[in-house]
Parts: sequence; structure tokens; C-alpha cells
Amino acid sequence: MAKKQNKDVLVEVINLKEHFDIPMGFLKSKKLKAVDGISFKIYKGETLGLVGESGCGKTTAGRTLLHLYEPTDGQIFFNGKQVVTKEELEDFRQNASMVFQDPYSSLNPRMTVGDIIGEPLDVHKLYTTLGERAARIQELMELVGLSSEHATRYAHEFSGGQRQRVGIARALAVSPQLIVCDEPVSALDVSIQAQIINMFEDLQKKLGLTYLFIAHDLLVVRHISDKIAVMYLGKIVEMADSEEIFKNPLHPYTESLMSAVPSPDPETARKSKRIVLTGDVPSPLDIPSGCPFRTRCPKAFDRCSQDVPYLREVEPNHFASCHLLD
Amino acid sequence: MSLLEVRDLRTSFFTASGEVKAVDGISFELDKGKVLGIVGESGSGKSVTAYSIMQILSHPGKIVGGSIKLDGEELVGADRRTLRNMRGSKISMIFQDPMTSLNPVFTIGNQLTEAILLHTDRTRKQAIERAIEMIKLVGINDPEKRLKQYPHELSGGMRQRIMIAMALACEPDILIADEPTTALDVTIQAQILELMQKLQAELGMAIIMVTHDLGVIVTMCDEVVVMYAGKACEKGTVDEIFYDPKHEYTKGLLRSIPYGSKEEGRLIPITGSPVDMLNMPQGCAFAPRCDKAMKICLKEKCDIIPLTRSHSAACWVNVKVAVENGEILPDSELTESEFRSLESAGDLNG
Repeated sequence: MAKKQNKDVLVEVINLKEHFDIPMGFLKSKKLKAVDGISFKIYKGETLGLVGESGCGKTTAGRTLLHLYEPTDGQIFFNGKQVVTKEELEDFRQNASMVFQDPYSSLNPRMTVGDIIGEPLDVHKLYTTLGERAARIQELMELVGLSSEHATRYAHEFSGGQRQRVGIARALAVSPQLIVCDEPVSALDVSIQAQIINMFEDLQKKLGLTYLFIAHDLLVVRHISDKIAVMYLGKIVEMADSEEIFKNPLHPYTESLMSAVPSPDPETARKSKRIVLTGDVPSPLDIPSGCPFRTRCPKAFDRCSQDVPYLREVEPNHFASCHLLD
Repeated sequence: MSLLEVRDLRTSFFTASGEVKAVDGISFELDKGKVLGIVGESGSGKSVTAYSIMQILSHPGKIVGGSIKLDGEELVGADRRTLRNMRGSKISMIFQDPMTSLNPVFTIGNQLTEAILLHTDRTRKQAIERAIEMIKLVGINDPEKRLKQYPHELSGGMRQRIMIAMALACEPDILIADEPTTALDVTIQAQILELMQKLQAELGMAIIMVTHDLGVIVTMCDEVVVMYAGKACEKGTVDEIFYDPKHEYTKGLLRSIPYGSKEEGRLIPITGSPVDMLNMPQGCAFAPRCDKAMKICLKEKCDIIPLTRSHSAACWVNVKVAVENGEILPDSELTESEFRSLESAGDLNG
């Protein structure tokens, strides 16, 4: 951590858990451990990429971080403080916002784009006159590359890329420090993805934003993130700087995940060796004992079914949880 | 003769707001045992091309022209019986979403044996044996048990395997895969792609791979058709398309994707948004987004012109380069003088 000491920590999450009760017949229920004890830090102005397959808990982690779900256990520190009271939560919501995956269902079809972007301003009473509100909406629309005459139109009149711009403008309305981006480009066409990714980068530079970037597309995550955390069945299995984790993956799951991404470069594709995992991700209702990855791990041995491996610093600034690394 | 020959295929959707030319004159061939990729963004007409070949377009879509020849036999305008015999036995298809394309009220066994009973003279017992064999082939354990299960009891990856088993049960010559891995996670995608490669090598069928994922194209395909706004803008081998793209759209597409290294710096996006298919521009559909667009591009569509034996592209920039170098493009119907006259009429660089 010596290298990073001069940087400020914006978000610190310690042993965060989010369990849901799933009804299983009369008076019976089962615990779904969507997020099961994750810890990470995000430094000011940096991007942490959170990757994993569907059902690994990455979206739940993002939502719990924003207090959209009440955490089952664990602590979330924002600027060194925990959010406890209602006033603190209101204050927190002005400092953290979210961009959603689906630009179609996350915008109200009955509201004009101007009202969608202005809603957070209404909620937090961030203006004194209506003129001020309109000016702020216009400013936000310019920031995301929409022209101000779009303000009176409805979401259905826009293409996917433009809608995502509206979603981003809405997230920026409260001038947040942190934005949780939940798969913000996966619903967009390839040629539009690059526009939105560039915009995220520009906004970060301009406004000093901090991102938690949740995505399953590893090439996109690698492009945008400073650090990457890989999740599997509710746990972080590996975390390191993004270059480091791609060049030197330590956990067998990370290794196979990286190798499974089909490269869009024919030469690289021919050279690379795919590690194909057998089987499916187990149900999060029925997590295997010991290491959750052992049922698909090509390198699993006896100890993996007995002891749960913990995330520890294997190399400087490189965390992994695997018995093979002991 | 190629196994499948598609010539100038045109498919339109007749909507309340006008005719949408979803596929507007596309041609390609597919040889035995080859993998052809069709790549494009949403709305480019790649799936409609696939649906047209199978002739499973739903209202208001209709094939309005062109020809599709399978082993020399014309499929456009063929009677229902011929098409019924073709589907599933000669050409079969797997779909993007394995959740919705399996029937939830029938067992896997029921759905798997349907095609076998329809297209072969196997008895029910033999059909079940064949179904078990197919389930084993696609790498699912416990085949007898699976036959009695319903689609909702299986995971996404397993459902896609069942779809593949269903499609391959009658040993088709061609498998059309419409975004077969888009709904799946990367590790499951890797499994399915590997399975498809293995089965292709074993059974020797040809595959048409429809996808928007350039990585999948590179992994699977021999040849690629790049589609934009219902037209093929470039055709070629994987190496030609990825290392020597000749259409500005292809170039832009390859520039805009992350390859996964920090050194690559900022991505270079294609500006603007995809075309509105109801208001197609007069000239090249990509011209409004193209930074090399010339006046001629806005006025006239460029035909797809062969550049080498396997590589062709529909872009005026190539014509301009060829004319400047004093070359005559092979097979180009446009002579130099004709091009010069177009150039002067439109003031090419203006």
C-alpha cells in the first residue's frame, strides 16, 4: 500500500454481506448469499472494475454500496464516514449515483428528457428558481453531448446511445463524487460503445469522478479500469491493478475467465490458449463447501473442499484467494 | 458449385410507416465445411438474412427478390413441402435466446425427437436412441434423465447445447447460428464455441455464424460478410477483413473496439448513430457517419467491387485510389472515364 498512501480513499467496504431470504414453500426459506463478505477500497478519481459472470453478485454489490439494499453485515465508509441516519443517507445520495444497464427500461417513458434529468434536482431541492433548474439541465445535457432542444422530447425518440447519455446526465445531476456504472455499455452497439466509454473517461477527468464500473465484458473493463476485482459466487477471488491482473492472473478462475474472452485480433486469437471450464456456475442458493470455485477448478485438490480460502495480499497490491498460492 | 448461393437477396418489412428494406441486395456463397460469419450492428439485417434463408420470416416481412440456391435448388418461391423438408434436415438453425426458443410445455425428449421423426424413417424407439446419442455428443451427462426434463430445469448453457443437439440431430449440411452465445457468460460461451468447432470438424457441416461480436468471428470463421444498413459493405477472409479492411465502416468498427491493453489509449468511435432504416440516405448508407465521405458518396451507392479473389468492398474510396493509381479494378463495371465523369459531376473531394 506504500505507493498509494498519498491518494485519498473515497469508498472503503469491509466484509460487506448481502443475503436474501428466498421462500421455499410453506414457512421455509433459504438464504441466497448474493454478496458474501467482500472488502475493497476505491481511491478518489479512480475506477474499480467489478467483473464476473451472471449471478456472481456484482450488481448486488453495486446496489448495496449505494444503500439501495440494506447490507446484511459489514461496513461501508464513504469519505471515512458511515451512513447511519436518514439525514446522512440523504446527503450520501447527493454524492453517489448510478447509471443503469438498460437505457430502455431505466428511463420513464412518460417524462420528457428534461424532466428525467431534472428529477434528482427536484428530489434534493437543488435549485431556487425554475430558471436555475432549466439552466442546470441544459448544462448537464451539453456535458453529455446532447443538444438542449432535446429537453422537451421523450425517451422513445432517442437511439440507445443517446438514451444512455440521458441516463448519465441524470446521474451527474447531483454533482456526485461516486458513480456506480452497472453494465452501462453492454446494451449498446459496438460502434456506440466507444462513444460512451470515451465520455465516461472525459467526464472522469473533467469532474474528478470516481467509478465503480460493473461489467462482464473484460476488454471494456480492462480499458477503463485502474483496478479490477473479479467476483465468483458472492466473493472477490482476485483483485489487482488492471494491467497486472491481465498479465499475471493468480487465481485459476481469473485465468480461465481471461482466456475465455475471444480476442478480436486474429493473430492473438491463434496464439492464445483457451482454458475451457467444465460445467456451469453452481446456484448461489447452493454454494459448494470450501472454495466456491472448486467444482469447476481444473487444479482443485483435497483441501479446496474443506477450507474456505481468504483473500490475501499474495504479491504487493495483488490480492487473491486460492489455496494453491499458500 | 457452392453448397449455398445467395444472390441479390432482398427482404422487406412492410410496416405502417413504410417499407423497411431490412436486407437490400446481399450475395454470398458458402462452401461445404466452411464457416461464414455475418457481422453487423443491430438493425443491419444480419438476422433477417438468416431468417430469409430459412424462410421463417414473420409478418410483415417478405422476401421481395433475389435467389437462394441450396445445392442448385432454388428456395425462393419454393412450395411449403420443399421448405418443410429442407428445414431441419438440410439447413437448421439455432437461436440467440435458448430460454425462449425451446417450448416450455414439452419435455426435452419430446422436442428432440420431433425433428428426427419428421425427417427420417426412424421409429420412436430409434428416435429416442438418436436423441440420447445427440445429448451425449453435445456434452451433457445423464442423457436419459434429461429427456424427461423440461427446459426450465436446465441452465442457459445446457439449453443452448440442447438447441445445438436438436439442430444437428438430422445431420444438416448447413447450420445457421444466430447470435448463439450472446445470452451466455464468457466461460459458457467458450464452452459452446469449442463444442461448435468440435462438431463442425467431426460432422463436416458448414456454418453461418451471425453475430455482432468480432471476437467470436475471429475464433470461428473462415470468411466474413460485414453488413451495414441491409447491405454487405465488405466481404473477405478473416485476415483480409481484420488486417486489411477496405470499407470505411469496417475500419471504423475495428478502431472503435477495445483490444484490452492500456497502451491503446482512447478509443476512436464512429461518430453519429446508426441509420434510420425508414429514411435511408440516397447514396452510401454509411456516408453521413464516414469521415472520408466524398460528394459522390452522398449521391450514389457504390456496388460491392472485387479487390482480390476473395476480398470485395463497396466503398468509393477504393475506386478513387484505384483510379489515382491508374488501375482498373477487376470486374468493375465502372470504367475510368465513367468514374471521371462522376467525379467531375460531384466534385469528388469537395
